[in-house]
Amino acid sequence: MRKFLKTIFLIDLIQGLWVTFRNQNPKYIYTEQYPADRPKVAERYRGAPRLNINPDNGETLCIACNLCALACPENLIVVGSERNEQTRRKELTYFTYDLSRCMFCGLCEDACPVDALELTQDFELATYTRDGLIWDRQMLEEGPQPTQYKC
Amino acid sequence: MPETTFLDSTELVLNMGPQHPSTHGVLRVILKLDGEKVNGTECVIGYLHRGVEKIGENRTYQQFAPYVDRMDYVAAVSNGLGYCLAVEKLLNIEAPPRAQATRVILTELNRIASHLLWLGTHALDIGAITPVFYCFREREEVLKIFENYCGARLTTHAFRIGGLQYELYDGFEKQVNDFCDMFLPKVEEYEELLTNNRIWVNRLKGVGILNGDECKEYGVTGPVLRAAGVKWDLRKAQPYSGYEQYDFEIPTGENGDTYDRYLVRMEEMRQSVRIIRQATAKIPAGPIGKTPKVIKPPTGEAYVSIEAPKGELGYFIVSDNSTQPYRVRVRPPSFVNLQALDRMVRGGLIADVVAIIGTLDIVLGEVDR
Repeated sequence: MRKFLKTIFLIDLIQGLWVTFRNQNPKYIYTEQYPADRPKVAERYRGAPRLNINPDNGETLCIACNLCALACPENLIVVGSERNEQTRRKELTYFTYDLSRCMFCGLCEDACPVDALELTQDFELATYTRDGLIWDRQMLEEGPQPTQYKC
Repeated sequence: MPETTFLDSTELVLNMGPQHPSTHGVLRVILKLDGEKVNGTECVIGYLHRGVEKIGENRTYQQFAPYVDRMDYVAAVSNGLGYCLAVEKLLNIEAPPRAQATRVILTELNRIASHLLWLGTHALDIGAITPVFYCFREREEVLKIFENYCGARLTTHAFRIGGLQYELYDGFEKQVNDFCDMFLPKVEEYEELLTNNRIWVNRLKGVGILNGDECKEYGVTGPVLRAAGVKWDLRKAQPYSGYEQYDFEIPTGENGDTYDRYLVRMEEMRQSVRIIRQATAKIPAGPIGKTPKVIKPPTGEAYVSIEAPKGELGYFIVSDNSTQPYRVRVRPPSFVNLQALDRMVRGGLIADVVAIIGTLDIVLGEVDR
């Protein structure tokens, strides 16, 4: 009898609908209004790579040891170096990072002995061309400059 | 060719997928139909084949770790754990206790995330639109914990061979405990929405029955096996990563139908919360383990299987004493579970096919590899 009444009065459906109505309170809004509100990603976020420069003298921290290129599973880093005849040290000439194949695993960052290569919190990496994803040394040092729209 | 009359019925062959949204990716199912009744199915897989096992042969042990995350991409942490345990077995090392506790917490969080995604999409397939939004809302909190811990949300690459790469961040325990406190009432909420809902019950009860013996014959594992009443969980049967320290139940069903599988997974989420609470209460201090710079395991082979959210996930690695594996073979739970689809669907209706694919909880990235 009770079951019959429950069926007649659609108790099970009303129970479910009550959950839905409870959640309609405007204080339960979770949608992020991107790009007006930009998300704050975690400190350890693995986003766009950056080649750090020494803030004191503006020189690159990279010692051209090639360890990141060896650690990379996709072989997408190319490090060019040249022996400086005066100081007898290797110096970085070019650094290419192919972001189109990067899977942001962070192995290059782990391999770097001097914390020169780093995956940063920049996450807006879209470009109009494929070539735009192959970053050279200058791009890696400056970082991406995504257009920021005002809403 | 015999004369057919208007009243005769002939078999209709219908392609479902690979673009059909309820096949959860790119599964193509060829259905042999008699009206609405399904007389047989054939699965066509391979649309997402990337040759992950072959890639493994051309990468060093450390380099292959990010690729395993991309097989079952909704439970990447579990995949990473299985791979790391397999290589650790080859090397005959063990992660330190602190790393093991962290691994347990993250894999159980990942189990919750995976089951939430399953619940949302399964309900969506059946026609209940609401749960998917609530499930993704809670899943987001899990993904935020992953992002804070290792810097990625989905393909996490959280563990390294021999331990962890990242130390726990400040406030990790608090964030995880807050999530647990927040999450349990939400599970009640999902149950309120679905468990007694008459449409849900009618669509699921008695659909896709697979009893315990059939499960064993097909090699089906995970919640599908447990819903058939077989109390089998690798976390209890052959504990790894310190699971023997934690107190939890193995939920089982009775009938082995789709409804029981739903109840088993709901209960599993609660049990995961229990494990997480126990693990966060006593994360041991100490080192988190260091990845060896060069990994060169001695010649030999190792098979390690773990209880992934979808079933038994096994890694079989053969080493030839070089820095690269000689062979990596993955035993993906989804692939094996998918075999049972034909048995479960036969005799049912087309609408049940959708429900059954949903309840098997397959991820095509893992089926095709």
